Amino acid sequence: MDHFRGVRQVDLPSWAPGSVDISQPSAARVYDYILGGAHNFAVDRALGDEVIRTSPNAAETMRVNRVFLRRAVHFLVGQQVTQFLDIGSGVPTVGNVHEIAQKMAPESTVVYVDVDPVAVAHSEAILEGNDRAGVICADLREPDRILEETRRLGLIDFDRPVALLLAGVVHFLSDADGPGRSIARLRSVLAKGSYLLISHITLDQQPPEVAAAQRLAARTSTPMYPRTQDELKAFFGDLRLVEPGLVFIPAWRPDAGGVVERPEQTGAYAGVGYRG
Amino acid sequence: MTDQDVSSGIGQGSDPLAETLAGTLARAIAEAGFALMSLAEIEDLTRGWVPELLHVLEREGADLEPARRIGMALVDANMTNPGVLETALEVLLDHLPAGRWSSTVRAAVAAGYAAGLRRATLAEQEQIAGAIIIAYARVDRMARESEARFRALFDGSAVGIGISDRTGRVVQVNQALATLLGYTVDEMCGFWVPEMTHPSDPPEIWDQYRRMMLGEIDHVRMEKAYYRKDNAVVWVDLTVSLIRDDQGNPQFAVAIMDDMTDRHHLQATLSHQALHDPLTGLPNRSLFAERIAQVVATAGPQSRMGVCYLDLDGFKRINDTLGHDTGDQLLITIADRLGRCAEDRGHLVARMGGDEFVLLVERSAGMGQLAALAEAALAVVAVPISVGPHRLRVTASIGVVECPAMGADLGDILKAADVTLYRAKAAGRGRWLAYDPGTVAELVAGYELCAALPDALERGEFSLVYQPIVGLSDGRPWGLEALVRWHHPSLGLLTPDRFIGPAEETGFIVQLGQHVLREACREAAAWRERFAGGELFVSVNLAVAQAHEPSLVDEIKRTLVETGLDPSQLQLELTESALMSTAGAPLEALRALADLGVRVAIDDFGTGYSNLAYLRSLPVHALKLPQQLVGGLRGPADRSKIDERIVDALIRLAHAIELTVTAEGVETQAQAEQLSALGCDSVQGWHIAKPCSADQLDRVISRLGRAPHLPGPRAEPKSS
Repeated sequence: MDHFRGVRQVDLPSWAPGSVDISQPSAARVYDYILGGAHNFAVDRALGDEVIRTSPNAAETMRVNRVFLRRAVHFLVGQQVTQFLDIGSGVPTVGNVHEIAQKMAPESTVVYVDVDPVAVAHSEAILEGNDRAGVICADLREPDRILEETRRLGLIDFDRPVALLLAGVVHFLSDADGPGRSIARLRSVLAKGSYLLISHITLDQQPPEVAAAQRLAARTSTPMYPRTQDELKAFFGDLRLVEPGLVFIPAWRPDAGGVVERPEQTGAYAGVGYRG
Repeated sequence: MTDQDVSSGIGQGSDPLAETLAGTLARAIAEAGFALMSLAEIEDLTRGWVPELLHVLEREGADLEPARRIGMALVDANMTNPGVLETALEVLLDHLPAGRWSSTVRAAVAAGYAAGLRRATLAEQEQIAGAIIIAYARVDRMARESEARFRALFDGSAVGIGISDRTGRVVQVNQALATLLGYTVDEMCGFWVPEMTHPSDPPEIWDQYRRMMLGEIDHVRMEKAYYRKDNAVVWVDLTVSLIRDDQGNPQFAVAIMDDMTDRHHLQATLSHQALHDPLTGLPNRSLFAERIAQVVATAGPQSRMGVCYLDLDGFKRINDTLGHDTGDQLLITIADRLGRCAEDRGHLVARMGGDEFVLLVERSAGMGQLAALAEAALAVVAVPISVGPHRLRVTASIGVVECPAMGADLGDILKAADVTLYRAKAAGRGRWLAYDPGTVAELVAGYELCAALPDALERGEFSLVYQPIVGLSDGRPWGLEALVRWHHPSLGLLTPDRFIGPAEETGFIVQLGQHVLREACREAAAWRERFAGGELFVSVNLAVAQAHEPSLVDEIKRTLVETGLDPSQLQLELTESALMSTAGAPLEALRALADLGVRVAIDDFGTGYSNLAYLRSLPVHALKLPQQLVGGLRGPADRSKIDERIVDALIRLAHAIELTVTAEGVETQAQAEQLSALGCDSVQGWHIAKPCSADQLDRVISRLGRAPHLPGPRAEPKSS
């Protein structure tokens, strides 16, 4: 989840260490805070409060995103997918993928990927004793390294269907970071029957004050880059979007009886692509 | 969820109140949006809690622990937003019976929630703190591993790496850098970067360094020289990068330097070679042009510049007679002298090619300065030069150009200098002349004359005239000297003094000489029949260069055969300096020609340096006294009679070694008579006959046959 500028320079060699600086907020811990967790520090909470203040829908969007992930994992397990590669997993405290998937299908394997060494250490603590889930410290901008280290863990067989999860992470990459290139590289290893999940903030159909808040947020140390529906569709490449396509998050396969009013208020899209 | 024994008796969906309450509670939580679960999942939870709660409510004073556990269960389900508790308590208030016990039970739920939240918060804080510690340790280990890798890179690198702090103090260097500069690593730490200068440093590099230390630039790359500890100089390809601290302020500078001393020297050698003459080591034409361009580029409105364009006189002859090695040695010596002469005055001297040199005065103080420089150059050239067994005296001619520097054009300057040089040559060599824009046309004509010679020969613009040589003993013509004329299409008739010099300098004289020889022989061959009663010889001037042509003898033999001219009717005239310097092959050639019966005469005898002892061994038949000597004869009125005594001595000398004497330039009857009295054999000059074309010869010869202007048959020599 943590793609803050300055945490890591892309032009450094890949064996250069990341850094741990708890005087700086971490996106993973801010997310945890907004979801009601206590895996965070004052600096994270301060930024979380700032996000809530400047962009009132943000907290709701994050919760909605988490609920969507839950629904989507249910769907994917229902499609007989039992391998999950979750990039930008953050601090996987609430409703995390391995718990959901392994509850439904105990043989499910999950690899979490995050660039924040603290989130990775935390994940390791949570996953202790679970030999079907692992975590690696890597950056979405280095897809080859993600694939290499994932293969080394031996939990995912790329010859079989895999669910590649990019929930709320791609919008931390600017266009200069080349998210399309990274995603295309990851997509290229997906076997037939695999899925790609993306959720991502947007300014489509947002009122002017949201766009203004977004522009304000872009000036902070943790900028996010909203993208249009068309831009996001391109990330799926030759994959076919499953019903209902790329839609505002609450409208993606809502729970039976779930009420979906004005889904665009979340300001974020979600979609799942399928390789037939 | 807990204590199934307590709840089993009441719930399991049979109690309508429990069902309603569980559903209402779940919907309230879901609608408040505080949970990450679906409504069905929340309902699963609330159905577990409600029967327990009702069970406690029914028994006032019972243990409140189940109520507290429900509060904790909310936290365990991640419903940690306090709004969840608020919503839950409101639902309970609405649906449970009022009363003190009911309030107590609700308070227990709240207390349980608070306790659970506190427990969870502490646990999560502990968990995240633990993760931080692990991550720190891991990143620290990676940093140490990374540092170890960098350290290995730093220590083991073949390129020199040095780090200095923001005050310029060197704080760390690797072994490669210490080795490169000849110090130990410890010695180098503490060096101050701004002191590591070299005289070749361009000023801007230290300006760049200063700007880098101010944080204005991040990278600098350059070639730079350093002194080693042993004072030797190393050249490095230097890259300096700025490292900033977290606030972006300059903190360190990292210098990476690669030894390129060898490459630098090679480049320096190559660029020196490109700009210098390999023989003399002087700057060449390219460097001269470059320097002129610099002078012009930096000139102000008052700036003046000047050049002395110097060419050795008769260098070709030295090369031809003494060989190229001697010529080269001479050039090296002259270059060395000119170099010192110019450098003493702070001027550039370049070799422009061949025996041409140029001295450049970049900031001229006026013509006086150039004149002094030209005089000095002439003086150093004139000092005799020993090359092997030879002791050479050479002179040079100089064309001087002095002009405003602003807007000056290299081509114009060189052309002006060249034509002025040519004028200096024409004016008698061994001198300098200043460029005179007023005589441009004349200069250009002279310059172009030289270039036009070969074409002129092809177009038949050269013709011969003949001047009779008359015997004093019989008053009859003995022979005719062939003289060449150039019918220039625009300049008219040109006499040899206008073009023989250039022809000698360019080497064209050989071709021209052959042409004259053939024409003269062809003409003279007809004279035997044309002028009955006398066997007239033709006298042809032979240039020094011709005498050195290996084919000379064959050439003359062939010409004689082709024209049918008897060898005894051909006389070759050579100047005495040409003859005196003649050794080896040319002398052999003259002997061979003399053996054929060809006469050899020494032209302009007495104007050069004669080795009189040597004279008798030469294959020479005649001496020709020049007009300078003959002109000194002023008849009986001349009291000093010095010239007469000289001429007398020369004639006696010639006769003593059995040579005949011809006096040239005889212009008066008195001179003719005086020469006759001194025993001169023959005379030539305007008084006798002016040169005339071949078709006028009949008239001239027949007039001479009457010989009214000659003293008549010679009297007995005075001495007898």
